Amino acid sequence: MSGDRIVSIVSNYIKKKNEAGEKVLSVFLTSGFPNKNNFVKLALNILDAGADILEIGFPFSDPLADGPIIQASSQEALKNGINLQITFKYVKEIRKNTNKPIILMGYANPVLSYGIDRFADDIKSSGANGVIIPDVPIDEFDNFFNSSFDGIDKILLITPTTNEERVKEIDGKSSGFVYCVSISGTTGLHNIDKNLELIQRNQKLVTKNKMLVGFGISNEDDIKKYIPYCDGVIVGSAVIKSLMNENKNYIQTLDLVKSLKTATNI
Amino acid sequence: MLQLPEYNLPDSSGKFGKYGGKFVPETLITPLKELEEIYCLLKTDKTFNEELNQLHKEYSGRPTPLTFAENLTNHFGKGKIYLKREDLCHTGAHKINNALGQILLAKKLRKTRIIAETGAGQHGVATATVCAKFGLKCIVYMGEVDMSRQSLNVFRMKLLGAEVKPVSSGSRTLKDATNEAIRDWVTNVKDTHYIIGSVVGPHPYPMMVRDFQSIIGIETKEQILRKENKLPDYILACVGGGSNAIGIFYPFVNTKVKLIGIEAAGLGLNTNKHSATLTKGREGIFHGMKTYLLQNEEGQVSEVHSISAGLDYPGVGPEHSYLKDDARVKYFSVTDNEALLAAKLLSKLEGIIPALETAHAIAYLDYLMPKTTHDEIVILNLSGRGDKDLNTIKEKLAL
Ligand SMILES: Cc1ncc(COP(=O)(O)O)c(C=O)c1O
Repeated sequence: MSGDRIVSIVSNYIKKKNEAGEKVLSVFLTSGFPNKNNFVKLALNILDAGADILEIGFPFSDPLADGPIIQASSQEALKNGINLQITFKYVKEIRKNTNKPIILMGYANPVLSYGIDRFADDIKSSGANGVIIPDVPIDEFDNFFNSSFDGIDKILLITPTTNEERVKEIDGKSSGFVYCVSISGTTGLHNIDKNLELIQRNQKLVTKNKMLVGFGISNEDDIKKYIPYCDGVIVGSAVIKSLMNENKNYIQTLDLVKSLKTATNI
Repeated sequence: MLQLPEYNLPDSSGKFGKYGGKFVPETLITPLKELEEIYCLLKTDKTFNEELNQLHKEYSGRPTPLTFAENLTNHFGKGKIYLKREDLCHTGAHKINNALGQILLAKKLRKTRIIAETGAGQHGVATATVCAKFGLKCIVYMGEVDMSRQSLNVFRMKLLGAEVKPVSSGSRTLKDATNEAIRDWVTNVKDTHYIIGSVVGPHPYPMMVRDFQSIIGIETKEQILRKENKLPDYILACVGGGSNAIGIFYPFVNTKVKLIGIEAAGLGLNTNKHSATLTKGREGIFHGMKTYLLQNEEGQVSEVHSISAGLDYPGVGPEHSYLKDDARVKYFSVTDNEALLAAKLLSKLEGIIPALETAHAIAYLDYLMPKTTHDEIVILNLSGRGDKDLNTIKEKLAL
């Protein structure tokens, strides 16, 4: 059977939240960072603090789309021996304690090396729901994601250079949600003007999927600016940076997540 | 006689068989498409080609000679060795062929800022040179390790008005410089053109850089036919990303000429200190392309090694991956030490100090020449001169 009609857990979850008057907060963590041994606990605490969706980044030696903060966390994770096997173990453990969507994010080469079919199988068996691979654009989509990915959400990105026609095409191929990148650039804490017009344009063009905005969102003010024009936001570098600055219990980071979540409630 | 099937790659999606493609963040797709469009328009445009040819001739000094290496030939006592003299190009290596082509494209695209990555510094120097000539701002990313072993080229780039940005991540060599250049491009795509220095990266770069470098092979074909009235038996070139090699190979891919690419075996193929991608790597996705890649079992890119900064790269152009699988080209490797000795040999016998990259191809003559017959012709692409490597050579060779 083809996967077309399988209902996406991720988009359903976002829809329900939106209907309840909330926008969603998706938080990105680097797998096994900052501490290999209590990562599962950290992830669950982040979810408890208010994250609606968890994105777990599996590390790659050459993360082209990432700025210095996530580069550093990936390097650290690699040094600590984090790989896909360990990441799937984490997902399994986290899944035991939450019903919220879990999405894996990472680059194409570790997936290719792991085996594309095996990767898809392990996503399903570990209880993850979707995948984001920033260096597989729609142009390579059909070659990369074969039928073993049926039933797994494949979340695609749109960026400020994506023209209208392409936004529609990406919306058509994407499932779970569309990841709207707010800036031209790598991930990180950018101090640049928010391009709201572009987000508004994309909001109109993305009709099939829910749309989440990410890259460069670091505080409540950022969120408040974007939130009227999207279904939720994604925060990565700000959380990773906060984790880098503390070494026990991660109180400040959990407070940060709480305050970010507050900003998503309209 | 065996007729090879027509060779017409890449296909419209930028694939050489299963290799190549466009594995890049979405931000870069639109600029890559724009680049492809303008390139396809200009490729057959008369004015564009006249302008480029004029620059090759009046600025760069083309055509470069095809020199008969009599002493080297006598040294082996077999075959007949010719050298295609890319070392005599302006700036001292083949890299200028590509830089000139791409700067004209950048002008057409109305870009005002040029970025490049460099390993040996030859591509950085070539890019800084064309930026100086055409009045564009130039930023070159270079790994810190390479900045110290190719310090003369760093100074050259600065003298030419370029900004050299040191890269301190990873192995601090060519791979990391390329990462930083791509990140810069993602960030500044509006006003910036990225002049990639080899036949690597996402489509259309491998095709475009190959086409710009093919002038080497086109000239070689004419020159050898004039001198010998026949095609050569072998063509030999070193392979880093693979641009000088594909440049001389490409006009011969549909002939019987035996094409041989030489990679860097560093301290030896059985160590992890080499960069023999086609010999020891396996399929991967890296720097926007699917290609052979040196990587560990988890798909993390290896930190590689070569005495020559220009070969010190864990990937290789996707067309070479195709040509290897297709067996149209054979790839071998030689070690750091073999390359050093070959640099010394050519200097002494022919009065030509080669780049250490090029010296890898020269070193392979030791293996190839004993197998040749007296009237077999071997052409070696002398991709660059060795001035930039004098510090390294001085450190390693006692004279
Ligand atoms: C003289 C010379 N030859 C060869 C190379 C290797 O590059 P490619 O394999 O693209 O020709 C370089 C790179 O810097 C070079 O400077």
